[in-house]
Amino acid sequence: MGANDVSMIKAAHIGVGISGQEGMQAMLNSDFAFSQFCYLQRLLLVHGRWSYNRMCKFLSYFFYKNFVFTLVHFWYAFFNGFSAQAVYDTWFITCYNLIYTSLPVLGLSLFEQDVNETWSLHFPELYIPGQHNLYFNKKEFVKCLIHGIYSSFVLFFVPMGTIYNSERSDGKDISDIQTFCLIVQTSLIWMVTVQIALKTTYWTMISHFFIWGSLGFYFCILFFLYSDGLCLMFPSIFQFLGVARNTMNQSQIWLSLILSVILCVIPAFGYQFLQPLVWPVNVDKVFDRINHCKTRPPQVRVRTKLKHPSLRRSAYAFSHKQGFGALITSGKTTKTKPNKKNSFPVKK
Amino acid sequence: MAMNYNAKDEVDGGPPGAPGGTTKTRRPDNTAFKQQRLPAWQPFLTAGTVLPTFFIIGLIFIPIGIGIFVTSNNIREIEIDYTGIEPSSPCNKCLSPVSTPCICTINFTLEKSFEGNVFMYYGLSNFYQNHRRYVKSRDDSQLNGDRSALLNPSKECEPYRRNEDKPIAPCGAIANSMFNDTLELFLVANESDPTLTLIPLKRKGIAWWTDKNVKFRNPPGTESLKERFKDTTNPVNWLKPVYELDPEDEDNNGFINEDFIVWMRTAALPTFRKLYRLIERKNDLHPTLPAGRYYLNITYNYPVHSFDGRKRMILSTVSWMGGKNPFLGIAYITIGSISFLLGVVLLVINHKYRNSNNTADITI
Repeated sequence: MGANDVSMIKAAHIGVGISGQEGMQAMLNSDFAFSQFCYLQRLLLVHGRWSYNRMCKFLSYFFYKNFVFTLVHFWYAFFNGFSAQAVYDTWFITCYNLIYTSLPVLGLSLFEQDVNETWSLHFPELYIPGQHNLYFNKKEFVKCLIHGIYSSFVLFFVPMGTIYNSERSDGKDISDIQTFCLIVQTSLIWMVTVQIALKTTYWTMISHFFIWGSLGFYFCILFFLYSDGLCLMFPSIFQFLGVARNTMNQSQIWLSLILSVILCVIPAFGYQFLQPLVWPVNVDKVFDRINHCKTRPPQVRVRTKLKHPSLRRSAYAFSHKQGFGALITSGKTTKTKPNKKNSFPVKK
Repeated sequence: MAMNYNAKDEVDGGPPGAPGGTTKTRRPDNTAFKQQRLPAWQPFLTAGTVLPTFFIIGLIFIPIGIGIFVTSNNIREIEIDYTGIEPSSPCNKCLSPVSTPCICTINFTLEKSFEGNVFMYYGLSNFYQNHRRYVKSRDDSQLNGDRSALLNPSKECEPYRRNEDKPIAPCGAIANSMFNDTLELFLVANESDPTLTLIPLKRKGIAWWTDKNVKFRNPPGTESLKERFKDTTNPVNWLKPVYELDPEDEDNNGFINEDFIVWMRTAALPTFRKLYRLIERKNDLHPTLPAGRYYLNITYNYPVHSFDGRKRMILSTVSWMGGKNPFLGIAYITIGSISFLLGVVLLVINHKYRNSNNTADITI
């Protein structure tokens, strides 16, 4: 496109430049640039849609995990004299967003696909949620918040009920604050891991590695931070000596962990199943159809005939300059594959 | 200016380069990674996966809950509150003691005998060991035996850091508020014969192994413990210095005194219990604590009534899941039942909506 289109590209939310015969200016000022007009279809229906999907999943998950992480302190305030005592080891607070939960979120936002590119191009209706802002809006944010509040409630009260006036299996103390911190931390990591496993619909090897690897990495770092060597070198900084060893062999800890994870996940799981069934939006019907096609053996799809097949061979093209005749008549700018809809709705 | 379109240049996808030169293609590689075609597992939530999950959760959780609940019910436990708030309580006189130390005795009866190892705990209520300023108020370097920290405790211990110009060992509010009641247990032989048998209480083996052997260490040296602690003073509320906590046993004296270690492991909630003594099981077939009447002798040193605190003594046996705690058992049974119920409800909803969806759906 020409140099006079630069202002149009700059003014748009997303400016797309087609590189061609009129110099580089339009291309350099655009957000996306490619060589052929037909690539616009892929840009919108495949990459744009995936990008919107990934962003929304990333945002809602990120808010959720931080709500759970922080709101536990609200519940604990009632039991520690409102003194702002943390429920976690200070090193856990440092490493939570930086190390333990960063890679799974990165994997989700890089590799997530709800349907692959072939289906995306075949069903342009899947693009509608992006236009109507369906996947992350105020209502979704509030849902995220409520889920976070509920999860933090479970995350605090299940370990509290477990250790309240309880002991280890050899009679020694289990209701100290360091053990409580460890239980809450570990339950939290498991909880957010299972939650992201539920959200991920496209499991590549990299996703497996990031998600389960982060979980394993948490346990490795846990035993390292609570080991004798490190704690004896810096006793005032690493204060949790021996807590992991003394607590992880208690069966009631694991039982409480399983209980809190299941309790947190059941509502999300049930809602994810129930929502397309009872309150379906149009996209859900499309997904249903796609999965129906995937599970049935592939057969030749019967296409509905267009009303005026005679129009398929006609096309008009206008050019403002001499010299483009060869391009137009070569047929490369028209695709022969008919779409169900002749054009997709234009974004307002 | 527009040039004539040349079909050759389309291969590049970019502006045509200098004639005669080879232009590098900017097309990304056609690998699975870069074209986002990595092999992947794409699960989809269908009724066939969700509904069995709910039923399985219910079927697994309910038996586990019943098992835990039954185990917890079989644990024997008795709690004796000896704060002495009520005027009828034998320890009421110790609230404002005429003479120190104040000794009071409480009678209680064990309905059933206690088998196996029995553990004696002291419990406190309304005692906020989890207050943030309290939890910070310790010096772990000093407690690990570091000589420089012994004579120059950390600033976190303020205001319990120095007293009369000498460093306090052990410093901090946690150490200062150490529990110092003494409890003794006597068995009354039977109604007619009032002889009292002292129950042997073991005072070692109550702290975590890692605490006792790694985290807490006395200051190094070959001289006596008293010498190693010279130039320090005991905490403000302590009656005796740290090197006299157990003069008979070197291994239980100073910082490695097990009662001290147990106290320093701060509790997470305002109502807590800490292990005080062990009553080991007898080798013969007699129960550790037979059913009958018992006397609890208390040397009442620790004042709690000023902040509405309560003190109690607890005798308890343990099992594979710890002490008597019905919470986990009840929670598992409840969640298992709810999950099963939800499975049934979802099955009904699924049946109803799936049928209506099928009739309305038009396949292309």
